[in-house]
Amino acid sequence: MRHRNAGRTLSRSASHRLALFRNLTRALVEHERITTTVPKAKELRPFVERIITIAKRGVASGDPIKTLHARRLVIARLGPVAKVELLDVKGEPTGKTLLKKIFDDLAIRYADRPGGYTRILKLHKRRLGDAGPTAIIELLKQGEVKAAKRSAAPATTAPTPRPEPKPESAATPPSESPEASASTNSPTGQEAAASEPKSNESQS
Amino acid sequence: MAVPKRRTSRARQGNRRSHHHVTPPQVQYCPQCNEPVLPHGVCPNCGYYQGREAVPVKTEGK
Ligand SMILES: [Zn+2]
Repeated sequence: MRHRNAGRTLSRSASHRLALFRNLTRALVEHERITTTVPKAKELRPFVERIITIAKRGVASGDPIKTLHARRLVIARLGPVAKVELLDVKGEPTGKTLLKKIFDDLAIRYADRPGGYTRILKLHKRRLGDAGPTAIIELLKQGEVKAAKRSAAPATTAPTPRPEPKPESAATPPSESPEASASTNSPTGQEAAASEPKSNESQS
Repeated sequence: MAVPKRRTSRARQGNRRSHHHVTPPQVQYCPQCNEPVLPHGVCPNCGYYQGREAVPVKTEGK
């Protein structure tokens, strides 16, 4: 039974997994946006965000001793990759280590953000070898706000599914423009026709 | 060893297979470009997700 065993093992031993998260963290902080598989992105998120939060707390305290302590806590999580020098877009060294970027950039950037420093976007593209589902995980930019606009409820996950799933009942509130609602009508016919033959399904 | 007593008739075989169909993927339609999109996924055509958020760059052509 896997009762009370949260998290994915990702088919790795504990040390392998830790190394994976450290490597992914370095890549994410270096590039701000990386593409991995959905499960890796989902597991990486708490790992990275906790590190950023520790750094934030250390910097926000204004106390050099507490900042040093936070620095050591982050090093304990990152291990050797903490000292890796990051490269810029062209592959040139930036003269900034992973640890430095976390404390000097990210901790400041996210000073007023109560958690949730990353975003995961699921892609359609499947991996070539194992057809694994892929996703983008990215660090939010300074002052980013929720993308959910007038068309949808403020809930983060809702907006996309909301407008489309029931085009049959044309009175869906979030149809933002006549063009959009008109265009949803043609797919509706297809969708209805497509969903017709699944009268009873016992297997997928 | 257990062994079939009777040959499976075509009708029986067909009845057994009557459930062997694939279901079409549940898709929605991109509010931006109207292409079919999997739920909770970035539009593969225009790269939009959640309304106005152009996330990955466009892949033109192809
Ligand atoms: Zn689109």
